[in-house]
Amino acid sequence: MGETIVDIHNLNKTYPDGTVALKNISMKAEKGEFIVIIGPSGAGKSTFLRSINRLSEPTSGEILFMGKDIVKAGKKELRTLRRNIGMIFQGFNLVKRLPTVRNVLHGKLGYMSSLKGAFGLFDQDQVEEALGILKRVGLEEQAFKRADELSGGQQQRVAIARAINQSPQLILADEPIASLDPNSSRVVMDYLKKACREEGFTTFVNLHQVDFAKEYADRIIGIKDGEIYFDGSGDDLTDEVIEALYSKEKEAVAG
Amino acid sequence: MKQSKMAKIEKKKFRNTLYAVLAFAFFIFSMLQLNIVPERLIQSADRLAYVFGGMFPPVLNEPLDVFGAAVESIQVAILGTIIGVIVSFVLAVFAARNLAPSKTLSFAIKSFAGFVRAVPALIWALLFIVAVGLGPTPGILALAINSIGMLVKVYAEALEEIDMGVVEALESAGASKLHVIMQGVIPSMLSAFIAWSLFRLDVNIRYSAILGVVGAGGIGWELVKAAQMSRYDEALMVTMVIFLMVMSAEVISEFMKKRANSATAQAVK
Ligand SMILES: Nc1ncnc2c1ncn2[C@@H]1O[C@H](COP(=O)(O)OP(=O)(O)OP(=O)(O)O)[C@@H](O)[C@H]1O
Ligand SMILES: [Mg+2]
Repeated sequence: MGETIVDIHNLNKTYPDGTVALKNISMKAEKGEFIVIIGPSGAGKSTFLRSINRLSEPTSGEILFMGKDIVKAGKKELRTLRRNIGMIFQGFNLVKRLPTVRNVLHGKLGYMSSLKGAFGLFDQDQVEEALGILKRVGLEEQAFKRADELSGGQQQRVAIARAINQSPQLILADEPIASLDPNSSRVVMDYLKKACREEGFTTFVNLHQVDFAKEYADRIIGIKDGEIYFDGSGDDLTDEVIEALYSKEKEAVAG
Repeated sequence: MKQSKMAKIEKKKFRNTLYAVLAFAFFIFSMLQLNIVPERLIQSADRLAYVFGGMFPPVLNEPLDVFGAAVESIQVAILGTIIGVIVSFVLAVFAARNLAPSKTLSFAIKSFAGFVRAVPALIWALLFIVAVGLGPTPGILALAINSIGMLVKVYAEALEEIDMGVVEALESAGASKLHVIMQGVIPSMLSAFIAWSLFRLDVNIRYSAILGVVGAGGIGWELVKAAQMSRYDEALMVTMVIFLMVMSAEVISEFMKKRANSATAQAVK
């Protein structure tokens, strides 16, 4: 620990329709930290994660990652930065009709030339590596099944495998368990946490469930109305803080 | 309330009668103007009987020519379809609202396709005959461009329906635009792509039989030749060959569609 992986300064995001989603967010994350972000609906959690890899363009601010400012990166540089950032989505976002292992191989596209990647010419080593990662998330049996033949929890584990295959420094997971039942949720969170420990990458996870946050997080960040409202350990997150975080009182902007 | 409703119905009735009368008047007027009078119709029935009589039994005088022409028709259809499919897909990527780099470009390509679609294949064939001369080349070009008119539209619609989450997932992994399209987008719309392409091949085989009539290569020309020499028996034979050609094209494309479906179902194992 100790090495800073992401350093965010005064990040702002205003959507074209005028919605102010992020207000001057500044924070640092260290190598290997498992950070859970909580907050009421519409607080800006998704916008925050999506601004980090610029799926959503920040309005202003600085995001330092691997010595570069992501906000200012050109097209090519952004691709290089993005391959070091894995992303996991609520809806899994796998290519449904392709085999599981091919979906995992997609994690390598950021490292491949245009033609090789386009035609899916992955070499033997890459295929073996992908199969190895699938084994680690307990899916070696499903490697050659179509992705949409898997259960939701299994599909999310494929998505985790795809992200691991990027050899990332950072993983962003936007409500990875929101569409799963409690059992699969636990399995997915366990694998994610385990991968974070083994690979040493930093993880940001948006969650709705405060109990899960307390259980898994090294550090919890509470976002409210586009601002960081709380930043601390699970023990610091008292019931009063939780209530204030989720209370609607001062939300003049909402609705 | 009720009264006004009744009045409305009355009014509608009157208007419908008026339309019917006008349509009938126009029909009579057209018959007279085009000189289609009853005695001519009766005469033409005589003539038709004569033509039909001349058709039987159908004969094949120059089998090599006819079958050669049939094969040429099929080649024209296949080449026109392949060119059309490739160009259409590239254009469709820039026309689909969710993938296009700019709204203006998307609109421009869709309008272009709409215009191309509005011009019939035969007209394109005539235009290309003027441009490149007689033979199969104008036929291929005409079918290719006519296919583009339709395929850009249906491909773009299929592209607009794909799950954008897949695009985001691959982009966020650092994939290039080409990677995203080849690895994410195409597999997601493959069955629609194959179905439309085969459907278009089917349509093009029908068209390619007709294109020869204006001199754009293929079997249509054999039909014109036979008719001009009043060899109705030969004309019937050529027609039967065309029928066979179109039927087998339909059977084959149906078969390929089924195979493609089961193949993609098993995925690229
Ligand atoms: N594409 C968009 N255009 C305009 N406004 C948007 C867009 N996406 C999100 N917003 C707004 O930005 C604010 C933050 O949204 P965001 O999705 O980041 O919240 P969230 O914390 O992830 O909420 P949830 O818990 O419901 O997922 C909300 O007010 C939302 O309505
Ligand atoms: Mg969200």
